[in-house]
Amino acid sequence: MKIRIANGRLIDPVNHIDAQRDLYIAEGKILAVGDVPDGFVADRTVDAKGMVVMPGLVDLSARLREPGFEYRATLESEMQAAMAGGVTSLACPPDTDPVLDEPGLVEMLCFRAKNMNCAHVYPVGALSFKLEGKRITEMAELVEAGCVAFSQVNTPIVDTQVLMRAMQYAATFGFRVWLQPIDPFLSKGGVAHDGEVASRMGLAGIPVEAETVALETYLSLARLTGVKLHLTRISSAAAIECIERARAKGLDVTCDVAAHHLHLCDHDIGYFNPQCHVVPPLRSQSDRAALRAALADGRINAVCSDHTPVDDDGKQMPFAEAETGVTGLELLLPLTLKWAQEEKLPLLKALARVTADSAAIMGITKGGHLSPGARADVCVFDPEGWFKVSREALKSLGKNTPFLGLELPGVVRYTLVEGRIMFGA
Amino acid sequence: MHNPQLNRKGELQHLLTLDGLPAAILKQILDIAEPFTEVAEREVKKLPLLRGKSVFNVFFENSTRTRTTFEIAAKRLSADVINLNVATSSTNKGETLLDTIDNLCAMGADMFVVRHATSGAPYLIADHLRNTGREHISVVNAGDGRHAHPTQGLLDMYTIRHYKKDFSQLTVAIVGDVLHSRVARSEIAALATLGVPEIRVIAPKTLLPTNVERMGVHVYHDMREGLKGVDVVMMLRLQNERMQGALLPSSQEYFKCYGLTQEKLELAKPDAIVLHPGPMNRGVEIDSAVADGKHAVILPQVTFGIAVRMAVMSMLAGQ
Repeated sequence: MKIRIANGRLIDPVNHIDAQRDLYIAEGKILAVGDVPDGFVADRTVDAKGMVVMPGLVDLSARLREPGFEYRATLESEMQAAMAGGVTSLACPPDTDPVLDEPGLVEMLCFRAKNMNCAHVYPVGALSFKLEGKRITEMAELVEAGCVAFSQVNTPIVDTQVLMRAMQYAATFGFRVWLQPIDPFLSKGGVAHDGEVASRMGLAGIPVEAETVALETYLSLARLTGVKLHLTRISSAAAIECIERARAKGLDVTCDVAAHHLHLCDHDIGYFNPQCHVVPPLRSQSDRAALRAALADGRINAVCSDHTPVDDDGKQMPFAEAETGVTGLELLLPLTLKWAQEEKLPLLKALARVTADSAAIMGITKGGHLSPGARADVCVFDPEGWFKVSREALKSLGKNTPFLGLELPGVVRYTLVEGRIMFGA
Repeated sequence: MHNPQLNRKGELQHLLTLDGLPAAILKQILDIAEPFTEVAEREVKKLPLLRGKSVFNVFFENSTRTRTTFEIAAKRLSADVINLNVATSSTNKGETLLDTIDNLCAMGADMFVVRHATSGAPYLIADHLRNTGREHISVVNAGDGRHAHPTQGLLDMYTIRHYKKDFSQLTVAIVGDVLHSRVARSEIAALATLGVPEIRVIAPKTLLPTNVERMGVHVYHDMREGLKGVDVVMMLRLQNERMQGALLPSSQEYFKCYGLTQEKLELAKPDAIVLHPGPMNRGVEIDSAVADGKHAVILPQVTFGIAVRMAVMSMLAGQ
């Protein structure tokens, strides 16, 4: 099917385009931008007047809850959420049940996802067997099965020798290692940022040093092993400084932030709102300001949803006992737009953080941009529209978000995956 | 954000914390408690204020003292009292907290007195009652995690007012494990609201919450320094499990540095009073000579506690 997306404001950070251009799609690929190719007759023309046409979003972390947690969400439901959110490529962390530590499991997930013909799913394999931090996984086999990187998610490797070996082994093959800086001891028992709010509310604190102590270890070992390291879900100003110091000494390292960390801080916990129980914890107002600024100037390379659907039973508990995480696939674009608006950033720059930059971290070349020949993964959204966050509006089975009831800028009108209109009429 | 413990008229709907509660309401509770202290001295220790009402003491964490005083308070107000000890453990969760509450609502509860090991649990219950249209059922927080123990804070304020009359000239020291103490948090909130000009906390750094000074307190690590010239000494209980490990090396060393002895107490004002929420660890946080001495008002605290709890319950019941 040949599609022409006409009259829209086309934004493609990779090609530095922010202009009114038509987009021509054929056989699942981008055919041309701007001038109509010779002999092109559209089977369908989508009028995008007043709308922004951009590459489909690339999300660095979206839990689809399969296998193992189908009572919280299913591949079907979360794929619908991805489509509604304009997300066409996503990395899926290995903290499923069983953990993504065997090629067979990864193959099964890729197979199931592919059959749905929705978002492209890129599994992130477990760095250690069962995420237990004892035995490294069959990384070469896992990459063959489809993994794009290796991670420990929220369960850090305690034994630093194992961590070093895992990095060395990954570096042997040039595999990416994604680590979330968490010191297992300093964060032990903690549920909120260790500061004034947690102290007043009697919540056990997680100090910023739980992040920076782990970070310094990871950065040292990255220098030693030469591994391609990406740091996930940075939460504090001090962590950004650590990373910048390492970069100044020549270490090539990337990092990301979760979209909710750009907008919330520990004060938002309010009266023990369990929707604000997240990992890493929401930190202080000054940390939030630092994260926003660092994402704007590129010290933080990308923003992701860290999508974690949790059922109501998992959240209707006292703060400390409630499950962690927020639903996010459908909020990634609106929260990024809100941040860009508030920071007065041009869309071309802001949208790179959820497309080109995140694609580069994942190492995918066929998505995240609209160059001729690329996959026709496209998101068309109304920048003047407001998305009212409600249980009914969310396609994800996870309704767990502290943004319920809020109006956020940007409404996705169409999502195309390989030239097929998967969302929007 | 709505204040979850006040109704739309600004009256007390639930008692969840003292933090943020207006001074007028704190004083109102203390004033209402005043005549209730006499009930205990009557031949018939009963008032009909809660007749026909069902008060459920729902304790997810063990307690004998607090539960008993709530039970006595409710019974003196002629309520029907039902005590439930709901054993919970993280490994065997069983029924959820809100399922338990729904079941008790179905049994006709008018008031819940809740103790829970997790900070904020009573908020969840109050929120649930509001969301399900059962605002007429009140929740009294009888201690949640490290967060709050409002009736303990109130009875401490009652005790201080009884002996010192005026809050506006006092120097008060809180001594011990502030980090894990819901009592300390409620005391600090109430003292600040009632206008105490100088609140001190005395503890080693391992037992103080981060940024504790932002709660409006002066921090002392040297107990002798901190006790100088104080009018009120509020001791905190030190849990056994804290005494060994990374927080404190031993109970002996703790007593040496932070135990209240006669000798240290002499640094306070001559008419200083000593409070303790109980149960006391003699020889750990307090010396027997002080606990039984003339400055101690620990037993009157217990008596006042019943009156204060009667006041809270009668206010919540709209009497």
